[in-house]
Amino acid sequence: MNATLELASMATAPETDPAFVPEHRRQPAAVRERFARLYERPVTLEIAGLTKSFEAGGGVVTALQDISFRAHRRELICVIGPSGCGKSTLGRIVAGLDEPSGGRVRVDGEEVDGPCPNRGMVFQGYTLFPWRTVLGNVMFGLEVSGLSDTAAEQQAMPWVEMVGLARFATSYPYQLSGGMKQRVAIARALATNPRLLIMDEPFAALDAQTRAQMQDYLLQIWRQVDVTILFVTHDLDEAVFLADRIVVMGAHPGRVLEIVEVPVPRPREVAHFESPLFVATKKHLEKLIHHERPKDADRLPIVRMTQVGDDVE
Amino acid sequence: MTSATPRRGWLPVRKPLSSRRETALAVASFALPLLLWAAVSYLPFLWHPFVRITDPGDAAEFTAGTLVNRAAFAELEQRAAAEGRRPPRGERANPVYLPAPHQVAQAFYTAFRTPPRLANEPWLHQSLGRSLRVILYGFLISSAIGIPLGLLCGTFTFFSKLSEPFVEFFRYLPAPAFGALCVAVMGIYDAPKIAIIFIGTFFQQVLIVANTTRRLDLGLIEAAQTLGASRKQLLTKVVVPGVIVDLYTDTRILLGWAWTYLMVAELVGTTTGITYFINQQARYRNYANVYAGIMLIGLIGLGSDILLAWLGRRLFPWQPRAGRLSMGERVRAVLPAGEATAPASA
Repeated sequence: MNATLELASMATAPETDPAFVPEHRRQPAAVRERFARLYERPVTLEIAGLTKSFEAGGGVVTALQDISFRAHRRELICVIGPSGCGKSTLGRIVAGLDEPSGGRVRVDGEEVDGPCPNRGMVFQGYTLFPWRTVLGNVMFGLEVSGLSDTAAEQQAMPWVEMVGLARFATSYPYQLSGGMKQRVAIARALATNPRLLIMDEPFAALDAQTRAQMQDYLLQIWRQVDVTILFVTHDLDEAVFLADRIVVMGAHPGRVLEIVEVPVPRPREVAHFESPLFVATKKHLEKLIHHERPKDADRLPIVRMTQVGDDVE
Repeated sequence: MTSATPRRGWLPVRKPLSSRRETALAVASFALPLLLWAAVSYLPFLWHPFVRITDPGDAAEFTAGTLVNRAAFAELEQRAAAEGRRPPRGERANPVYLPAPHQVAQAFYTAFRTPPRLANEPWLHQSLGRSLRVILYGFLISSAIGIPLGLLCGTFTFFSKLSEPFVEFFRYLPAPAFGALCVAVMGIYDAPKIAIIFIGTFFQQVLIVANTTRRLDLGLIEAAQTLGASRKQLLTKVVVPGVIVDLYTDTRILLGWAWTYLMVAELVGTTTGITYFINQQARYRNYANVYAGIMLIGLIGLGSDILLAWLGRRLFPWQPRAGRLSMGERVRAVLPAGEATAPASA
């Protein structure tokens, strides 16, 4: 039902021919079937008419305006947009860390009212507890839920193993690299068996190589775990590589521009980065986000400081 | 090209020196003032504004051992020579309030061995014990209330708004001003002294602990919330372990302040403790003992601080140590890679 709605709202194709289908919408049969199955699954996350505004400098700023979309069980949905579009705020509201000004957020039919372990969160800044070991960090959620230390340790250890850090179970966070820290954070968030995992630009601080590796790890984990993922990012490649669907947001005010079904088949591999479907989807996203920016916004007023003829390009 | 700030030499900008140089400088920081003091004490031409009479000659107004200032002594010599009397003799000396290093060093030893002049006076070690007891009680009572209150203020705006305005006001009231009041209420023994240390420490402590708590990364608290921690669990499992290292440092600094208030506190009511010793020795003009007493406080302060710093490194193993390696890390550094420490990349 959602798919047809989104099709109808598509108005960005420059071609006038009504029968024209842009390349990123030409889904292979397997992908189309996959989406059909996906939409039959129960809705895990439902966001309806969500708004967020706050007072700043005497005026009211609308950070989020009428955001509505749904994510189905075990869907991996990405939220992208330029900085200032409120995508992180959206993630924080779903996690229960920020309060919306209006609208509804439901997870498994239950209204969100503050943070709760059925919605795990992975932050960009790792936020590992520095005084706890890797295992201790993963045990935290289990401990506060009332499990004994032994039981918590028994349940936490498989998660540490799953993210490939069994050898570092007794290491402290300061001894780990950025990628390893973020794997601990993912294990910690999953250890309490959340219905929804919210990831707020989790790999943005990592170098390109580690980031690619982490994206691969995430897909491997997601395949094995019954969890729906809401992944906030500003990286288009990352979004296309990971997502089933991408919620594209615009800034000022933050709003949903379009919800894009990613036509790239699964399982995804690094080779897909160069496939025509991948490139076409990325181009479409670029166009959507680029439209938002005023022309000439990225020209700097620089005076020439070299001699005439001494040009570098 | 020559750099304007070369990396080598003794003055690299905001970079550590070699550990040998750092040790040498630490030794010099004590050696230099000591050297200056020794120079002033042992080199007669440096200052020595007085003459100590060794032989009064025929001048009846002097006895051996008296200090006379140099101009008066010269005049006396001239007068004796003019009148054909035997001139007095003496050697240049410093004022009595500036004893030489060896005299103070001696006093360190003898102060503990010398029985008090009066039967009811305490020995030095008894005075010192009393000082330590007063400061310990004052500081423990203050910490027992101040640290929990500061943690609450730093975590919940409710407690912060309820208590901090008053605390902020009260900390400007000088603790010694409460001396007379404390004596009137609590008598002349140790209770008012403990109270003054409490007043001097507590209000600063609440504000400092609250500020330290507020500096805790909000991300850690939010992460714990999304993992299902209750308010009580947030306090005990996140806030306390999260700030404990900084809290420990704060406490070390506050303990230094408590020593300052000790001097005032001990003058309140009946003078006691190390302050009593210092005052009494000054009255007897045993200045070597006065210096020994003051330095004793410095040594206790420095010693306890070094001890606490060492203990802190043992207590909080999750702290990455910038710069120099601890003994434990030295040992681990020679183990095979990956055995005890993680490699830089996954």
